Formats: sequence, structure tokens, C-alpha cells
Amino acid sequence: MSQQTVQILVDIVKLSIVASVIMGIFVFILLVERKLIGRFTRRYGPNRVGPFGLLQSIADAIKMMLKEEMVPGHVNKIVYVIAPGMALMSALSVFAVIPFARDTITLPLESLIGFSVILTPWVADVNVGVLYLLAVGTLGSYGIILGGWSSNNKYSLLGALRTSAQMLSYELPLGVAILSVVVMTGTLRVTEIVEWQTQFAGFAWLAFLQPIAFLIFFISALAESGRAPFDLPETENELISGFMTEYGALKFGLFQAAEFVHAMMFCTITVTIFLGGWNLPFLNEILSVLPSPIQALAPVIHVGIFIGKSLVVYCSLIWIRASVPRMRFDQLMAFCWKWLLPIALLNLLVTVFVLAIIAELLGLW
Amino acid sequence: MLNEVKEVITAPIEVAKAMGITLKQLLRGPVTNQFPDEPAQVYPRFRGRHTLKRYENGLERCIGCALCAAACPTGCIYVEAAENTDEDRHSPGERYAKIYDINMLRCIFCGYCAEACPTEAIVLEHDFTLAEYDRWDAVYSKERLLEPNNPEYLVVRDDEVFVKAKTWSNK
Repeated sequence: MSQQTVQILVDIVKLSIVASVIMGIFVFILLVERKLIGRFTRRYGPNRVGPFGLLQSIADAIKMMLKEEMVPGHVNKIVYVIAPGMALMSALSVFAVIPFARDTITLPLESLIGFSVILTPWVADVNVGVLYLLAVGTLGSYGIILGGWSSNNKYSLLGALRTSAQMLSYELPLGVAILSVVVMTGTLRVTEIVEWQTQFAGFAWLAFLQPIAFLIFFISALAESGRAPFDLPETENELISGFMTEYGALKFGLFQAAEFVHAMMFCTITVTIFLGGWNLPFLNEILSVLPSPIQALAPVIHVGIFIGKSLVVYCSLIWIRASVPRMRFDQLMAFCWKWLLPIALLNLLVTVFVLAIIAELLGLW
Repeated sequence: MLNEVKEVITAPIEVAKAMGITLKQLLRGPVTNQFPDEPAQVYPRFRGRHTLKRYENGLERCIGCALCAAACPTGCIYVEAAENTDEDRHSPGERYAKIYDINMLRCIFCGYCAEACPTEAIVLEHDFTLAEYDRWDAVYSKERLLEPNNPEYLVVRDDEVFVKAKTWSNK
């Protein structure tokens, strides 16, 4: 086997590991969400299946799988079947460019196969990674729109229409907020953005340097992933369940999974772009004075920090969901176009000006 | 426009307030009663399943007068009396209830039977687990109603009654 084939095989293995780990974490997060929402409303949440209800999500998954796969007679069959998979796929593919740790590991396999295999803690390091995040991450709305349209049901269609309007609108402040980050870091490569944030002993988190962009990004990400208080695609009280109305069994489960993975995806993007990714303040300095066996564990520590940070962000999403009531649709649109987008643009403008002045003063032109 | 600006400025404060309230609730902990695992709490005046009381010496209070059956608005009580003899003594009086059936599917738990009872033999106590797999099991016989039959999964709360005594005497 040539080096390239091996590298491709390694990538495929890594891809499947990432995807399955994400789905595993999704199962766990589903439980965390239900338990936490329960606690916020002074209930226990699910605690009957297994110890502390840990097996609840698995029981639900089994239930979903054992249900009858039904396709209503009036739907467009092909699109109807494709849509949930598409929603989930787009959310999962974003994790390909997320760097989970810093160090690449080189497996010394020269004696075995004639060359060493390089293991990177990310699946792909695309040089337009941020663009990829935006493009693929919001592809998920296609799943929702197709699902809503193919269901041939007025509630589904209304949900899909709302979704498309909402996603398109919030895409703009989201993109502009990220743009001001890109202007600061000067790169579109995700790994380099994370690396940039390790400056000043790891204190250069872009959430501190760009608080307005961070807030706008966070709000838009909430809207993009269709979570409360922006969960208008599936307003139960007016649209039954929006685009999911005609879905059942495993396909409904896939849509649900897609929604949660989408939210998880935006949490990881928030962590990578704004909250310093796998890094913590002083982490590198502390690691460098520790003995080398612990230093060798750095990737594990990094992954742990990354997952921990993402969980904290996700818990804040749950907190918001428990606190803030759903917006009306006109409020949603007005908020985006009248406030978020202008503020984001202004923020970008100010960022560019300040950066230009600093560059002028330092003579960097 | 000015209103909208005001709204946008006050909205984050409102959201923060809301999140503070939910956080406070989170820290206060759940109030759910985990019923089958921990005992359910009932109020002292909660009317559940009937109990046929006994005297301290073990004799039944019921004398089989069937006043409860007469008072019952749904007619769910059936009483058949028999004479006490010295060999077979159930209650202190002349007669006792040989058959005492209550159809729990018909009972509306109004408590008129307890009011009508001259010996305070029938009392509506706190048991509420009245589900049956068979309709006929819902007709409770005398053996199931007689004391002692207090279930251990119930705790009677000892809080004060909701309506303060002052409001009762207030004419």
C-alpha cells in the first residue's frame, strides 16, 4: 500500500470514530438536557431506566427503531426519505474540521510498512475551514426545508418556509461576526485560529477580544440550530411539529438527532472560534514544567478540555431554553435585520479601523 | 423607534432576570414525590378508601344497621346483617354486618356514609391506590375494608389545615 492509501484509510477510520463518538455524546447529551430541564423546573427528569436514568436515551432509541416505518401516501417519497439523513449528515460533517487537540502524533511504523503514519487530532485541516463550517453547517436547513416540502402538509410547509427565512436571515450576522474574527486572526484555517488564541499565555480568547461578535455569533447560532427561544421551525402550539409533522419512527428520530447534533456542532464551533478551543489559560506553561510522561498525555488533556468547554456551552443553551419564551416570527425577523446585522457590520467596521490604526502605529503596512 | 431602542436595551436585562429565576429554581432542588419508592404524602382530611374501624378490644364497630347504604347517593354500599351470638361475637351490639361490600367504581368518596354511621365504624381514610386488573376486584369486601389495613406507602402530613380556624368562627 502506498503512503497515500494508508493516509486515506486512516482518515476514514478517524472520520468514523469522530462520527460515532459524536453520536455517543449525543445520546448522553439528550439525557443531560432532559435532566437539566427537569431540574430547572424542579423535577427530576428521567430517572427510571438504569441507574440515574442513564439508559433512558437508549430505551428511547430502541423504541424509535422498533416502531413501524410508515411513509404517508401523499408525500414525495424520495425527498421524504432523504431529508432526515441530509439534516443529520450536514451537522455531522462539520466536525471534520474541528481541531480537538494541538499535537499530531507520528506512529513510527517504518520497520513495518516503510513509512510513518501521521495521526492528526482533526480529520481535515482545510485552508478555508471557516468557510467550510459556515457552508456545511447551514446545509442542515436543506434537510428541514426538503422534509417540510416533501411532506405535502400545510403545517410542514409553513414550518419549512419559516425555517428557510430564519436560516437565511441569521446566516448574515453569523457570517459577519465570524468575519470580524477572521480579520483579527488573519486566517481562515480553523487550527490557526485556535493557535492564535494561545497567545498571551492562552488569554487571547476571541470572546474577550470580540465580545460583541461573540454575543452576535452565539445568538445567531441559537437561531441557526433552531433552538429555543428561536425554535420557530417546530412551534408545537401553532404548527403541530413543523417540518416533522409527517415523520415517524426512525426518520423522526433522525430529525431529532440532527437537531441536537446541530446544536452540539454550534457549541463546538463557539468553543473553537471564540473560547480558545482545546486551550486553557496557562495550560501550555503548566504542561511544559510537568514531567514528560504527563506531557505525552497532552492530547488527552486537550480533548478533555475541549469536550468540557463544549458541554458548558451546551448547558448554557439548556439554561436559555429553560428561561426564555419563544419569539414571535416578526420579532425574530426584526431582531435579525434591524439589530443583529447592523451591529455586526458596525463591529466589523470598528474592528477593521482599530486594526488598521494599530498596524499604522506599529508600522506594519 | 425610540420605543424599540428602549426595548432592545431592556430586553437583555429581562433575559438576565429570567435566567436568574430559573437558576434559583435549579438550586432549590426538585419537589417531585417519587411515589412508589418513597411514601406519598396526603393531607389529614383527604378522603380515600373506606376503613371499617374496630374498638380497642378488637370488636368491630359496625352493627349492620345499613344507614350508610341508605345515605349513599350512588348506592354503592351493600350491607347484610346477622345476629351476634355469644359463641360468634363480632360487635358489641345485637347484630353485626355479615356482608359489607363497597363498589369502588361507583363510590364518589363524598363521605356521607361516614356522616350517617351511628357508631363511627366507617371512615374514609387516605388510601388512593384503587386500581384493579379485574372489574369485580373493585367491589371491596368486608375483609379488605376492616382494620388493620393501613398501607405503609402513605404518610399523613401533619401541617395545619388550609382554612384557619378563625375564618370558621367568623360570623
